[in-house]
Parts: sequence; structure tokens; C-alpha cells
Amino acid sequence: MAVCVAVIAKENYPLFIKTIPTDNELKFYYTVHTSLDVVEEKISSVGKNTNELRELYLGLLYPTEDYKVYGYVTNTKVKFVIVVESINSSLRDNEIRSMFRKLHNAYVDMVCNPFYTPGENITSQKFENVVMSMMHD
Amino acid sequence: MADEVILEYLHMEIISQFYRSCEKSDQDQCIAKLESLGFRIGQSLVERFTKESPRFKDELDTMKFICKDFWNYVYKKQIDNLRTNHQGVYVLQDNKFRFLTQMSNGKQFMEAAPKFLALPCGMIRGALSNLGVNCVVTAEVSAMPACKFQIQIQRA
Repeated sequence: MAVCVAVIAKENYPLFIKTIPTDNELKFYYTVHTSLDVVEEKISSVGKNTNELRELYLGLLYPTEDYKVYGYVTNTKVKFVIVVESINSSLRDNEIRSMFRKLHNAYVDMVCNPFYTPGENITSQKFENVVMSMMHD
Repeated sequence: MADEVILEYLHMEIISQFYRSCEKSDQDQCIAKLESLGFRIGQSLVERFTKESPRFKDELDTMKFICKDFWNYVYKKQIDNLRTNHQGVYVLQDNKFRFLTQMSNGKQFMEAAPKFLALPCGMIRGALSNLGVNCVVTAEVSAMPACKFQIQIQRA
């Protein structure tokens, strides 16, 4: 389903990036990096138009020719980015939303692990399994 | 009811364990340790508590979250009074602070109060720092079990 899942820290450095095995992995890194500007733009507009956009899910950030990039920002300003293939048009907004919710739950469980230091790269196997399950089905 | 008391016991035991394990001379260090323990707790708790809540509009919105939801999750009650000077100082008043209720009221155990408030202070600081608000938190007790937390926002 998803071809790339990324978790970005509040200071905008990557905590975790997983892509499908491909010889062009770097492209996804660029895609995620570019999306951060759109995320920034979306969350800085909060407060101006009051009721809108107070949801954590940001929706479609931008489409490219082959991929669609979706974003989600937690209240602690941790960003989640999911890239899906455009051909996969059957994917509805609700499904993306539930993917993000699953990712957020996994992230919260991971942070509450006392052996994890906040701000470190994510090495949790459990978290990775959740991400893997989102990329396979 | 019993499950709520467990937190109090655990907290008391953490404190006495910390104080038992260090020399009389580094008792200040114990406070710092408790505070940093609280910081880590606050950090991860807030990650869980804000999972369903909408994005905060501003600093005051964040403070209200701490007073209402965060306090409710941790201490099963809300802050009784929130005051601010709108210049980065917030005072949270709790008239019946959970961790102080077991001590006799009044001024008798006043010198023991700081160690019971270090961890809660750290928790507030950790929660706020994870929400993007850097601050210094101090506590003040004039008569138990009432307690005031002063939050001073640090602007870069």
C-alpha cells in the first residue's frame, strides 16, 4: 500500500524512514524532505482560520506524477509522512487516516518505552513491524 | 479507589528510595534527580494524552490542557485556579494536591514538601517542553495540602 513511511522529529530531523526495497530509495528521502515545507505551511495557518485544520491529520500534502504524499502532525510536533502510489487510486481518505492513527498509536507506545530516549532514532522492532504491515497489505 | 492510591504509594517509595541511596550532603541532587525523572514521565505521558485532542491554538490553550485534562488524568481532579500575567508567567493553584494530602495539614512537615513536589514539577516541565513550551517550574506551599505551581516561560 504505502511505499514510504517517515517519522520526523519536532526539530525536523528524521527519526525513522522506511521505504519499499527499490534502487531509487533516495528519491523518497527527497520527497519526504520536500513535504516538510508543506507541513510547516499547513500548521502555521492554524489559529487564523479557527475551526479548520485543528485536526492532527493534514490530508494530502501534494501529489506528484507517480505518488501522493500525506501528512500528519502530533500535538508534540512530530511529523508523520506517508507516500502512496498514485495508481493506487482506490485508497480513500479514511483509509489513510486510519493508517496514520495506527502509526500514531505505535509511536506513542514506542515513546512510553523507558528504554527509548526521546529524540533518538527509532530502532524498535515492534514499531517497525507496524510500519511493515502498512507497506505490505 | 484502591488503584488511585497506588500512585501515591509508588511516589512516596520513589522518594524514600532516592533519599536512602544518597549521602546527606547531596540531597539537593536528589531533588534534581526526581525532577528529571518527572521530566521524562511528563514527556511520554503528554504524548499519550494528546493523541485524540485537537491541535492547540496558543500557549494559553496548552496551559488549559495541563490544568484540565493532564491534571485529571494524573491526579483525578482539575487545577482549582489558573492565573497569568499574560507575559509568560502562569500560576496553577491546587487546593488539595494529591501527593500532599497524606501529610498532616498545616505547617508541621513544611521542610519535607520540596521533595514531594520535585517530581510533579518535572512532570509539568516535561509535558510542556514536549508541547513546545520551554519553561521553569517551581512549587510553593504555604499551608498543606494546598500548593501553587509557578510556570515561567523561557523565550529564546
